[in-house]
Amino acid sequence: MSSNAVTATEPLIRCDSVYKIFGDNAKSMLENSGGVVDASKFQLAGCIVGVNNASFEVHAGELLIIMGLSGSGKSTLLRCISRLTDATAGNIYIEGEDILSMSNKQLIELRRSKMGMVFQNFALLPHKTVVENIAFPLQVKGISTQDSIQRAKEMVDLVSLTGRENYFPRQLSGGQQQRVGIARSLAIEPDIWFLDEPFSALDPLIRKEMQDEFLRLQGVLSKTILFVTHDFEEALRLADRIAIMKDGVIEQLDTPANIVLNPATEYVRKFTEEVPREKVLKIESVMDPYNADEDVSELKVSKDAIIETVAEAVLNAGKPVPVVDEENNIVGLLHASRVVNVLFGSHADHSAELTP
Amino acid sequence: MIAALQQHKYLQFTVLLIVFLLLCAIITPSENNWLWRLPPLIKGLPLIINDSVDYIMFEWWLIDVYDPEIEEYEQKPLMNQFTRSISGVILFLIEFVREIMLGGVKTIVTFTGWDWATENQWARWPALPWTVVAGAAAILGYALSGPRLALFVGLAFVYIAVFGQWEPSMETLSFVLIAAPVSVFLGLMLGVWAFRNRVAEMILNPLLNVAQIMPHFSYLIPVMVFFGIGDHAGAIATVIFATPPMVRLTILGLKKLPPEVTEAGMMSGCNNWQLLIKVLIPTARRDILIGVNQVIMQCLAMVVIASLIGAKGLGNDLLIALNQLRIGLALEIGVCIVLIAIVLDRLSLAWANKQTDYFADLSFAQRHKYSLIFGVVFVIGIVLAIIGSFVFKEGFNYLYLIPHNKGITTETFWQAGVDWIWDTFFYTLKSFNEWFIVEVLVPVKTAYLSMPVAATFLLAMGTGFIVGGMRVALYVGGFLLFIALTEWWDRALITAYLMTVAVLISTTIGIVVGTLCAQHPVSTRFILTVCDTFQTFPSFIYLIPVMMLFGVTDTSVLIAIVVYATVPAMRYTVEGLLSVPESLHEAGSMSGVNRLQRWMFIELPMSFPHLALGVNQTVVFALSMVIIGALIGTDDLGQLILKSLSDRAGVGNGLILGLCVAFIGLAIDQILRTWANQRKQALGLD
Ligand SMILES: Nc1ncnc2c1ncn2[C@@H]1O[C@H](COP(=O)(O)OP(=O)(O)O)[C@@H](O)[C@H]1O
Ligand SMILES: [Mg+2]
Repeated sequence: MSSNAVTATEPLIRCDSVYKIFGDNAKSMLENSGGVVDASKFQLAGCIVGVNNASFEVHAGELLIIMGLSGSGKSTLLRCISRLTDATAGNIYIEGEDILSMSNKQLIELRRSKMGMVFQNFALLPHKTVVENIAFPLQVKGISTQDSIQRAKEMVDLVSLTGRENYFPRQLSGGQQQRVGIARSLAIEPDIWFLDEPFSALDPLIRKEMQDEFLRLQGVLSKTILFVTHDFEEALRLADRIAIMKDGVIEQLDTPANIVLNPATEYVRKFTEEVPREKVLKIESVMDPYNADEDVSELKVSKDAIIETVAEAVLNAGKPVPVVDEENNIVGLLHASRVVNVLFGSHADHSAELTP
Repeated sequence: MIAALQQHKYLQFTVLLIVFLLLCAIITPSENNWLWRLPPLIKGLPLIINDSVDYIMFEWWLIDVYDPEIEEYEQKPLMNQFTRSISGVILFLIEFVREIMLGGVKTIVTFTGWDWATENQWARWPALPWTVVAGAAAILGYALSGPRLALFVGLAFVYIAVFGQWEPSMETLSFVLIAAPVSVFLGLMLGVWAFRNRVAEMILNPLLNVAQIMPHFSYLIPVMVFFGIGDHAGAIATVIFATPPMVRLTILGLKKLPPEVTEAGMMSGCNNWQLLIKVLIPTARRDILIGVNQVIMQCLAMVVIASLIGAKGLGNDLLIALNQLRIGLALEIGVCIVLIAIVLDRLSLAWANKQTDYFADLSFAQRHKYSLIFGVVFVIGIVLAIIGSFVFKEGFNYLYLIPHNKGITTETFWQAGVDWIWDTFFYTLKSFNEWFIVEVLVPVKTAYLSMPVAATFLLAMGTGFIVGGMRVALYVGGFLLFIALTEWWDRALITAYLMTVAVLISTTIGIVVGTLCAQHPVSTRFILTVCDTFQTFPSFIYLIPVMMLFGVTDTSVLIAIVVYATVPAMRYTVEGLLSVPESLHEAGSMSGVNRLQRWMFIELPMSFPHLALGVNQTVVFALSMVIIGALIGTDDLGQLILKSLSDRAGVGNGLILGLCVAFIGLAIDQILRTWANQRKQALGLD
């Protein structure tokens, strides 16, 4: 969660008008269309549009969440970037290198050193134990059995599966299996971490636990992450930025607050309509300018805090609460009425009020 | 009327039957009447095949080969040299494994030549004492799985030794130990190839279909021509027969894998080879292991048949015992074959499931535990053998190598049993046998033989059309046409008659027993276990007990077929009934049906697709057994195939006859499969 890592340097991942269209004559149809792809027209011709003209950048250390309904092309986009499938057109650069022109060998090398991926249905190897699964990417690289198992054991500890090293996947619960999946994807210490709906197959309670686990890991590791989900709450909890997809098109790519407050399209507005504001908005977006005359409470809140997390304390404070930045300088004041408004007011009201 | 006909298939079928009977009545039997029998237009085909085989083998593509005897280059046909080198390699491997267990000189000869070996009589490879082999097998069982497997494996080998079947058993084992891995390897390769390459799959699929229904015998003849006679030829025939199911199951297993598994492998940085060996094949292991199991079963089923082209071992002995009507001996040999099959199956399964422990900090003794134990067993075995050489008289050292047929035998007991049965039930059995032959078999046979060819075509193609439309009708017609144009139409009718009777009986028994057993979980498990056990028996074994009762008659063959072919009918019935969703049972109960009604109107229709596939399997099993029945005497296609075996120019005949049998099976397969699929779709089971 380090949005401050976004700098002006070369992005880690850059997509330039990426298209992925399934079907036998996809390529020629795309060439004839001149880049303007109408999904329904293509469908009539027997082509399915997976990704439609995606252009965006991801910077080192950023956590980008890709959202959308099922079938909107999230997985396909992820698979284009990891080149599990070849994009039909466009360019994809990783650290400035065009991966679409890479040879098979270079690609394998890239995956062995820089990429890790977690799958929705875990995709563990059923014939290997927990440690063997985790050590697998290392062994494939040619690292000796002893070293790779040693390293895998560290990963087991990292994902809190200590004591279950010799279990087979079938002997583990879903949550535990996904921990193995996570550990496997991290074993080679990748720079880029792909997660395709990693928690969708889990029960809600376990999912919450795994999200916490994920946040903890990300706190320790700070990878560049592409995370697919169709669960908005999950996205809000985790994201630096969110990309919302529909029928292969990225409708909007922005910070959670901006997506909720300034939906770019009607689709995004509908999508975010039901989202509770307090879970998205940071204190910053509802604070008033600091006024030295006012009597303020002892309590201080960070401008980056999510409203929901501090609402109760602010309401109980009885006085306006000073808002501070990272260096503990007071940058504004938070009035309880604002918080009440976000919590209970109608959405239309305060979006009108807050939109500059 | 027309509308009703279009709607109701049973009406269509009734009309078809009426027309069929009419045709039967009208058409007069006469040599020149094409409606009665088609002229054997492709009678010459076997000859053409023979000539082409001869050409390929002895004239095509001459190459220069250096002959060390005359120290000159000679022109030899490529194919001949090629098959000869394959034979050489396989024979060497078999001999090598065999001599580890039984001792001998051929392995040494391979490297030194006969002259040297004759001069140096000491250069003999000694046999391992049977105690050591049995001990080693038990240790292997223990290492791979645990004490239970060790005990089973050990006892199996002790049985083999004690009953005096050690030598033939080890001969058979050495041959299976080469044939099975080769089949598994080939099957995997072909399966992977078909999985990766759509064209390959399109080529392989029809070949696999035919290969699975082709009778075992028909492989023997071409193998004999290309590779000669002997253990290697037996092994090659076995490989050809055992590979197709392996290919099938490999493709099936790989296709079932979720794409995520492949992706996970690729993201782990696997190259193509690693992906295949470390991810795809192990993950598809379940089906692939079923394939391995099939291979082992097929190998042992071929043991007897391979003995027809010179494979040494149990098969040969069993055949002789059967021909001499020595039931007890045949039984003991049969048990050996079954034991070897089960031992190999369990060991391979345990091996595939074996797990390594990376964390244990093992001492030298622990790490080499099994080698050390083997060392001990080895020494003890040899000491025992040496002691034995003082105790027993020359050539009868029971602690070293129990001589063939000099062990314990229960033969007199079984013979007494057979005699008792014959004495006690002679008239009952005889009269049943006679009644069955005179009242059932002969009339059916006559009826089949008096069918005009036009009527047969009408019936078969019509059924195909009603079930699956023009496409199926044409397929069925095509298969039949091939048979009708050979000179063996009548023989084919006899094969079909035996098969029909057997399938009818098998299906009836299978469905009744299967339904009864499916009523309760305990009996369900029981019957499934019985099916599993029966399927591990090579088909030959079934002939032993029935010959005991009925001697060499059509009745025996028929009963053997029925026993063999009832297994799939039973299994598919049980599985079909189990697949009926619980909610339907409840819905049925709520609408107030009684048990029988529920079975008739809910369970049976719902499980029909399963049943149809079961009947399909029954047909395949029955056909293969009909042909095996030829070994003890029937007068159908099988008998002819057997005859062409002893004919050097029998390749063409054997092949065409085999195709005839396969095509009977494929025609029925077409109809039943289409029907099953349609019902499946109609019931929304797909
Ligand atoms: N291998 C494929 N062949 C054909 N169509 C595909 C393939 N994979 C995905 N699609 C189609 O592409 C679209 C996007 O799929 P996907 O990326 O899996 O969606 P999501 O992950 O958002 O649920 C869907 O309409 C899907 O049917
Ligand atoms: Mg998806």
